[in-house]
Amino acid sequence: MVERTDTNMKARVFVTLKNGVLDPQGKAIGNALHGLGFGGVGEVRQGKVIDLELKETDEAKARASLKDMCEKLLANTVIEKYEIELKA
Amino acid sequence: MKSAVIVFPASNCDRDAQTALKQLTGKDPHMVWHQESALPDVDLVVLPGGFSYGDYLRCGAMASQSSVMKAVKAHAEKGGAVIGICNGFQVLTETHMLPGALMRNADLKFVCRPVKLTVEETQSAFTRKYAKGQQITVPVAHGEGNYFADDETLNRLEGENRVAFRYAEGDNPNGSARNIAGILNEKRNVLGLMPHPERVVDPLLGGEDGKALFQSLIETLA
Repeated sequence: MVERTDTNMKARVFVTLKNGVLDPQGKAIGNALHGLGFGGVGEVRQGKVIDLELKETDEAKARASLKDMCEKLLANTVIEKYEIELKA
Repeated sequence: MKSAVIVFPASNCDRDAQTALKQLTGKDPHMVWHQESALPDVDLVVLPGGFSYGDYLRCGAMASQSSVMKAVKAHAEKGGAVIGICNGFQVLTETHMLPGALMRNADLKFVCRPVKLTVEETQSAFTRKYAKGQQITVPVAHGEGNYFADDETLNRLEGENRVAFRYAEGDNPNGSARNIAGILNEKRNVLGLMPHPERVVDPLLGGEDGKALFQSLIETLA
């Protein structure tokens, strides 16, 4: 088991489809919202939020490591982009 | 031809691939568990269909990080043949052994039916027993088979004759770019495709249009 206590930084990673990549799920959500009477809804795009706890105190190191995680696993950079948010 | 079928947790077409290979090669393929770090001495590696690791994160994403995939990559780098069917195709794109990505079907529906394919390319170990332009019927069964790549990549695939199979005009089941159903890597020893040739190797199963793919491999690699 991965030790999950004793972490000193929290990160939130947003993974979303790149602009120009079709998002049929977002489209279906938009249609459903229109069906519910939310007529003012324009384009809808959906994505993922991944929360991570990190054993790291150095913000720059944490960012570099998160970027590496995104490139290697969390996002498929062929179709997705990512944003990293850090909370001490 | 000696072959291996990789078994991930939640692979579910591994037995189909095993049965097809046994029937056509007369030899039992090795069934290789995802935690193995070495492959037996084989000519062909099959990445079967299924829902490896429950499709967690993205289809094929977790499988691409498994220890056996390092060995599969090394096998391909040495020129060994690899075929990824359905989820296996998704694993190949996630490991960057093939370009592009397989996205959610355009209509969001899981599609499970026979589709008409056109054989686009016969200059490969996988397709030499087909005729160029031949129309075959092979079943698909997937929710995420919508092939996507940027225009530059698509142009390159077409320019280098690396589109092996296309969905016949009017029979694209998932919204794939340029009706692409299966592609080859640059060295032409890795093929990924969404349709299931291993399910049509016996008339009892409703067709034999997948047989020529395995016979091509047997002829090339045996």
